[in-house]
Amino acid sequence: MLHRISGVLLFFPGIPILLCSLQTAMDSPQSYIEFQSFLATPLIKGSLILAMWFFLHHFCAGIRHLAMDLHYGVTLEQSRMSGKLVLVMGILLTILIGVKLW
Amino acid sequence: MVKLAVTGAHYGLRDWLVQRITAALMAVYLVLLATILIASPPHDYAAWRMLFSGQWFRIASFLFFVSLFWHAWIGMRNILMDYIHSTGTRLLMQILVILALLFYAVWSVDILWR
Repeated sequence: MLHRISGVLLFFPGIPILLCSLQTAMDSPQSYIEFQSFLATPLIKGSLILAMWFFLHHFCAGIRHLAMDLHYGVTLEQSRMSGKLVLVMGILLTILIGVKLW
Repeated sequence: MVKLAVTGAHYGLRDWLVQRITAALMAVYLVLLATILIASPPHDYAAWRMLFSGQWFRIASFLFFVSLFWHAWIGMRNILMDYIHSTGTRLLMQILVILALLFYAVWSVDILWR
């Protein structure tokens, strides 16, 4: 379920924000600097880390899907375990990257 | 004895496969990109533009975006099919998703090759 919710949020507003950011960062030296100072505001930084969590959760849950398609961890017990692991890994990676970026 | 016939539009298996191939492509691209950014972080605008000036980097990034948009379409369509039961509303939303993704595709090319 979280895989779906995070997926929808990555589609909107995720993709347009990603493209807007990339365009602003690429446009000119001036817009690049403006974009950097925009990213430095605490509110934006916080939102970015939240977005990072949506992405990382979706990423980890996707890897779990791929593993199960290859018949790894398909028993009920294993899948419950890996489901929790995905949740923990998503949060852990977000904290790790969040600390590094902040 | 009841004979069970497979019915449906038969795009299920193909989309299932596409969803996984695009996911794997995006994962490889993102891991490589993260490695590049960690190994030599671009500190200013010139270095940042330099990264995107390589033709191979542009092509890889474009493939990433195509994978992303295709992946998003399959995911969004599946979700709309599961939760929006009014055919008219679902069709309208699917059209909006397609239009948005087509727009994003053109936009991403514009960003990568400017």
